[in-house]
Parts: sequence; structure tokens; C-alpha cells
Amino acid sequence: MSTLGEATMTGQELFDYKIENDLKIEPKDWMPEDYRKHLQRQMSQHAHSEVIGMQPEGNWILRAPSLRAKVILLAKVQDEAGHGQYLYSAAETLGKTRDEFINELQTGKAKYSSIFNYPTLTWADMGAVGWLVDGAAIVNQVSLQRTSYGPYSRAMVKICKEESFHQRQGYEIMAQMANGTPEQKEMAQDALNRFWWPSIMMFGPHDGDSPRTGNAMKWKIKRETNDDLRQQFIDKTVAQAEVIGLTIPDPDLKWNEERGHYDFGKMDWDEFWNVVNGNGPCNKQRLQHHIDAHKNGSWVRKAANAYAEKNG
Amino acid sequence: MDSIYYDKQFNKMSEDNQGQVWEVFVQAKPGLAHKHVGNIQAMGKEMALQNARDMYVRRKEGISIWVVKLEDIVASSPEEIGSFFDPMDDKAYRQATYYKMPEGAKHI
Amino acid sequence: METSKNLIKLLYRLGDNTLIYGQRLAEWCSNGPTLEEDVALTNISLDNFGQTRAIYSHLAEIENKGKTEDDYAFRRNERQFYNALIVERPNGHFGDTIARGFLFDAFQLHFYQELTKSNNEFLAGLAAKSLKEVQYHVRHSGEWVVRLGDGTDESKEKIQKSINDMWEFTGDMFATDSAIDKLTEEGVAPNYNLVKEKWTKTVEEVLYRATLKKPEDCYMQKGSLSGLHSEFLGHLLGDMQYLQRAYPDSEW
Repeated sequence: MSTLGEATMTGQELFDYKIENDLKIEPKDWMPEDYRKHLQRQMSQHAHSEVIGMQPEGNWILRAPSLRAKVILLAKVQDEAGHGQYLYSAAETLGKTRDEFINELQTGKAKYSSIFNYPTLTWADMGAVGWLVDGAAIVNQVSLQRTSYGPYSRAMVKICKEESFHQRQGYEIMAQMANGTPEQKEMAQDALNRFWWPSIMMFGPHDGDSPRTGNAMKWKIKRETNDDLRQQFIDKTVAQAEVIGLTIPDPDLKWNEERGHYDFGKMDWDEFWNVVNGNGPCNKQRLQHHIDAHKNGSWVRKAANAYAEKNG
Repeated sequence: MDSIYYDKQFNKMSEDNQGQVWEVFVQAKPGLAHKHVGNIQAMGKEMALQNARDMYVRRKEGISIWVVKLEDIVASSPEEIGSFFDPMDDKAYRQATYYKMPEGAKHI
Repeated sequence: METSKNLIKLLYRLGDNTLIYGQRLAEWCSNGPTLEEDVALTNISLDNFGQTRAIYSHLAEIENKGKTEDDYAFRRNERQFYNALIVERPNGHFGDTIARGFLFDAFQLHFYQELTKSNNEFLAGLAAKSLKEVQYHVRHSGEWVVRLGDGTDESKEKIQKSINDMWEFTGDMFATDSAIDKLTEEGVAPNYNLVKEKWTKTVEEVLYRATLKKPEDCYMQKGSLSGLHSEFLGHLLGDMQYLQRAYPDSEW
């Protein structure tokens, strides 16, 4: 590094050099304002998704059908809180506090993954969420381990390591139910039917319709495009569904020998944007839950701060 | 002199906020150094220690924890990379490999 | 034979305590005052479920009726549960949960400490392992009692009321019946009077640090060892047992 003679390089030149050579950008390095803004938005959205994502699964902790299933689900949802925390703390290195991020979430200025605006109606949904939603998230997060911003990349490495059991937990539930009683199998298929399309839309709009993808790829914040990641996810999930005898609800799904990938049907982007824009079945419920918990905790935080001020 | 991350007002106590940022260091095994693993937010030392424990050693990752308030850490800045670190470049004589030992000398 | 019947009763008591307490704490998931606290409360919940599973598995072994840990959790009715009344109290606000938690965690601490001396190998082992967990639980809840007590005027008032409200359910933690008394005589179960003495001391110390008042002696609710509970337990079980009850022939 010393041979570079940074002293003679401008911030922009050094930034470009680092991006070009796959070196990480660190918090106190000079970075373009748009790069900072893009990361703040993406990382806080990622953190919010972990935190809001606790709710649909939290919905079944009290009703888990075995003690084993209960502790696994609880540990998983707890990990999500932990991952939200890792991500907030990585995002904070860009100059905003967690309180500011939370405020943006609660006032609707920041978004979270739309998938969590769907309800979890049966126990099989715990299977579908773990298998599909976590599965999709993992594909994205594995890719993000190579993101150009150091703290984000390190958070992703840690999160990927911890999440390795999450998808298996979901798939195990699906497998067990798919091979259980007819009622269980029906529940499993129904959960797959409801979560399949929202899951593959988690990767976001097609590359051509995703205005921010260009910069994000150029800056190596994103390392693979939405469509590439989606394809990876579909390719590996199809076989998993076959193994447990469930049917992916897409009549156009078929192997394309030439591409070496599965072709799949058209996604309903009207539905997607409708949910993003606040009209999903649970948008208001999820946000209100977060606001209520935050309000209920206000006197506790104040008390703890007052105590710390007196006693260190 | 600024923080290791950014120049910013830290959270004031006695308000409704998430507390202060504390950096967390975990010793994985006896004999190893404490290693930085991340941070947590907490109100006060005891809570910082407990939160670090709950957040970073859920999977038996360690046997000892240090927590340090972020605002108490002083960091060098990227601009100092030259003056701080380059002068060490030409001091190879600080490395053991710099020295020529007579052939046949052992355990030195 | 008699010993084993008595032991079974004690195991029900211990397993039900941690199950119901764990279930209550799990309700905090996504509701904590900070993310870190959310994780802390669910950690304690997980520890309690872990203890429950060890106890029920052992129960299944010595009852030898082909039951599993899940049969004990999911296939018993309100009147067949023997948990102490305090653990089924609703979460209320954070201070209520902390008050309940501290009073119970402190009980568990001293109970397990004494139980390590049990001449029953399983109980002594369970106690040694669980003791490490509850030492942390009582540190967590105790420090929160202190923080809230010595925090703001509002928090002091709230946590004092929480402690006062919870007080009438503390006596029942130390309740014994003829089965448990027999076990104490035999050196299997601890001396509950001794546990209570130590518990009282811990509670007084923490309340003092928290600048809070120890509640006046009052009438103590009882009945849990005969399976007499509050109305709240039935609702908790309704949620918890729903799937097992609705699909009795399914495996999960």
C-alpha cells in the first residue's frame, strides 16, 4: 500500500483505485456522497428486514408443536434480532445512529423487505419461510460477503456463518410435513403456493427495471444482479422441492438445456409494488407492532440511561 | 481527534435512545488475545457486559469479554497512513530474518 | 416405589416451572425495549426450555410409559400442571416481567444451589448445570430491578408496584406437599425453609440497592401443587398445545 503514495492521490482517486482492485472501503476513508447514501439506505433496509422479519416467525413460537421445534424457532428468531443489531452497527459507521435509522423506519422513510408483509397462517409457513425466504436471503447475503464496504462485508460473513442452520430448519419442517398426514402435506403445499412468488420477487425488479443497480454494481456494493441471484435461487430450490414431493406453483417452470438454467413464469410486479407501497396484508400491522414495542420501551430506556448517568 | 467511525455527537444519557455504542472484544480460548468482534449498544457498564455476552457468545464463542465505550477509543486517520506507518518500511533490522547466521548454528 | 412416585411429583413441579416461565418469556420476542434486551430475554427463555426438556425426558424414563418430553408439555390439562403460580403471571409491562423474573430467578438460584447436594444423581446433575444458567438470569433481572428502582421517578414507581403486585405469589414457590416433604427427609429434595431464608436475603439486598421497599407481609396465594391455578394458565396452554391437540395423529 505504501508504494501508492496516497498523499498524492485525491480521495476520489484512492476510492476508485480501491474499488478497481477489490480493496475494502473503510468507515473513515473518503467516499462519494452517493456511495455513502446508497449504503445507508441498503444496509438500514437490510437491518430493518431482519428486525421486522422477527414478527411473522414470532407469530408461531408460542404455538410450535414440539419443544424441539420451539427452541429451534426461538433461537432462529433471536438470531434475526442479533443480525439486525450487527447490521445497524455496521450501518452506523456511515454516520447515522441506530435511533435515526429506527425513526426512518417508523416514519415510513425507510423500507424493509416486502416478504414480511405476508401473514404466516399455518405452522407449515414456518417451513416455507425458513426454506424459501431464508434461502433467498442467504443467496443474496453470500454474494454480499464480497461487497466493497468493509463493515458490511464483515457483518455478512458473520451472518452467513450463523444462518447456516436457518434454511435447514425450514426445509426440515417442510420435509416432515410433506411426508406426514394428508392434512400436513396439504398445509405444506399451501404454504409453498403462497410463499413461492413473493420469495422469488425478494431479489427485486428485473435488472432493466432497477435504476439503482448500475451504481451499486459499479461501486461493487452489489456483486451480482437481481436476475442472476434469482436464477441461482430457483435453480437450487427446484430440486429441493422435488426431493420432498412438493410442487412449485409455476406451470412454466422447466429446465432449459441451452441456458443451463430453469426457465420460469412471469412474476406479478403489480402485486409486488402494491405491497411495497403499503397495501400488503400486514404492512400496517408490522409497523404498528414495531412502533408499539418501541413506545412501550421508552420509560425503560430512559430509566436505564438515567441510572447509567448516575452509576456508570 | 475523532472517533473510530465518524465525527458525531454521541447519544446523550437521560434521554430516550438506544444507549451508547460499546465495542466488544472476546477471548476465544485461554492464552489467546482478546479479539474485536463488533459492538452493542447499552446503558452503562454492567448492561454493556451483559449485552455483549448475550449478543456475541450465544454459540460458546468465548471465555472472556471486554467492552469499551466507542467514544473512548482514539483512532489514527486514513490521512496518517503515510506518516504513521511508512517509516517502518526501512527498518528491516527489526525482523529476525534480517540477520545472517553462521552455517550450522542452531536454536537461535 | 413410593420414592419414585414422590420424585415424579417433584419432577413435574420443576419441569412445569421452567416450561411455563420459558413460554412467558418467549412472548417478549420482538417486543423488547431494545434489540439487545430482546435477545437477552429470549436467551433466558431458551435456557428454561432446555431445563424443561432435560426434566421431562428424565420423567419419561422413570415413568416408563412410552411417553416423550412433548407428551408432558402438550398433552396435559390445566389441572395436571404443577408449576408455581408466579411463573404463569402475565408479562404485563417490562417492569412486571422483571419483577416476576427476579423473584423467581432468585428462587431458582437458591433452590438449585441446595439441589446440587441431592443424593439423587439426576437432580444433582441437573442442578449443577442449571445453576450456571440461573446465576446469569438473576444477575440480569436483579440488575434491571436496580436500574428501574434507581432510574427515573416513573420507573421507580412502576417497578415498586410490580414487586408489590407480584408479592402475593411468592409464597407458593416455597410450597411443599407430603410427597416433597418426604423427599426432603430422604435428602433428595432441598430444605425449602433454607431456600426461603437465602432467597429473602438476596431479595432484600437487591431491593436495598434498588432503593425500593420490601413489600409488607401479606396473604400468600396457594394451590399450585394441587393443580389449582389462575385463569391465565388455561390460555397459555391453549396457545401452546393447539397444534398437538388439533392434529393428535401427526408428528412434527
